Amino acid sequence: MTTESKSLFSGLLNALGDLGFFIRRNLTGLGYAARMFALVLVRSGSLLKRPRLVSDQVLFVGNYSFVIITVSGLFVGFVLGLQGYYTLTRYGSEQALGLLVALSLTRELGPVITALLFAGRAGTSLTAEIGLMKAGEQLSAMEMMAVDPLRRVIAPRLWAGIISMPILATIFSAVGVLGGYLVGVPLIGVDSGAFWSQMQGGVDLFDDIGNGFIKSIVFGFAVTFIALYQGYEAKPTPEGVSQATTRTVVLSSLAVLALDFLLTAMMFSNN
Amino acid sequence: MRKSAIDIWVGIFVAIGMLAMLFLALKVGNMSAVSFAPTYIVSARFDNIGGLKPRAPVKSAGVVVGRIADIKFDDTTYQATVTMTIDKTYKFPKDSSAKILTSGLLGEQYIGLEAGGDEQMLAEGGKINQTQSAVVLENLISQFLYNKAADSGQDKGEGGKGSSK
Repeated sequence: MTTESKSLFSGLLNALGDLGFFIRRNLTGLGYAARMFALVLVRSGSLLKRPRLVSDQVLFVGNYSFVIITVSGLFVGFVLGLQGYYTLTRYGSEQALGLLVALSLTRELGPVITALLFAGRAGTSLTAEIGLMKAGEQLSAMEMMAVDPLRRVIAPRLWAGIISMPILATIFSAVGVLGGYLVGVPLIGVDSGAFWSQMQGGVDLFDDIGNGFIKSIVFGFAVTFIALYQGYEAKPTPEGVSQATTRTVVLSSLAVLALDFLLTAMMFSNN
Repeated sequence: MRKSAIDIWVGIFVAIGMLAMLFLALKVGNMSAVSFAPTYIVSARFDNIGGLKPRAPVKSAGVVVGRIADIKFDDTTYQATVTMTIDKTYKFPKDSSAKILTSGLLGEQYIGLEAGGDEQMLAEGGKINQTQSAVVLENLISQFLYNKAADSGQDKGEGGKGSSK
């Protein structure tokens, strides 16, 4: 055996080792996340006795995201109205503008864009807050006082996210439809009756609006949990918190888009 | 329990969310078409259903009287079995006929029911025997082209004037 082939062999072995290390490390993270998830779910029962904890957090993640969601929804509706009209008018079916705007908002854009904005607006602040709590050893102090941080800090935030996300997505869709109407009917001059009747004829309460709602709940779960996990597992240093915040945005955006594909394939593929 | 400003703001937020949901349900969606009224099931066989889909409307005289529940292929008769649910308030005679129609030139397809003259009414699990399949555009075009070719062939045979246009 020559030295050349020997070094090739050891290089291959090294690469394999790296791969194994990478997977093992990530699996460990996944295991931690799953364990934390299960613990949070088990321990959130006591929130029923103290709903005030959740409503405080709804104010923080929900109410404060309201303005950005409403304004973005309005503009997305405007753009959908303009672009949709431009495309539909080629086929002489401007009447279907309402249908196009409503379907694209309730099925896709409403839940997805809201989740992405939610990750940027609420997710990052959750990560930073919890990361700083950890860096300031507040979480350890709580444990010292026999207060369970999962129960007292993580669980209310998780449920607040799950409650707020569908509400925000619904508001986004509704405001978007109004935006599409504003551009379509008064500005461009599509017939108002056709706009609404085509929309009502084509949008199904359960298939379209209901599935969009389910999507937004799943996204709320995913984004909030990723944000909380990243904060909880952040390195207790300034760099650690900043890295965790970045990871929150990257991971939750990817998770939302991937989950969206899966959910869409499951919900809408059968017809 | 003391009401604080936080509670009021959260309440407003949730109320706006509910309003938005109500708007989507009533104004955007077809809440009116979702009825929980009792229905009965009727089935019909078609040679060709074209682009008919489940949940498409069943109309009589243009009024929606029911929806299509299920479409299946029957490999003993090589026909499509369409099951539809019809609102219990509407009764149809046993010899009613079902057609697959298209709304507009490129619109969605639906089933049109035409009432017959029988004394007995269709009941739960009834069958509609007279059916007319969907019009398939390709068949129509090929028929048209075939006729056209036959005509031009005749012209040639009679007068020898080539009407090849």
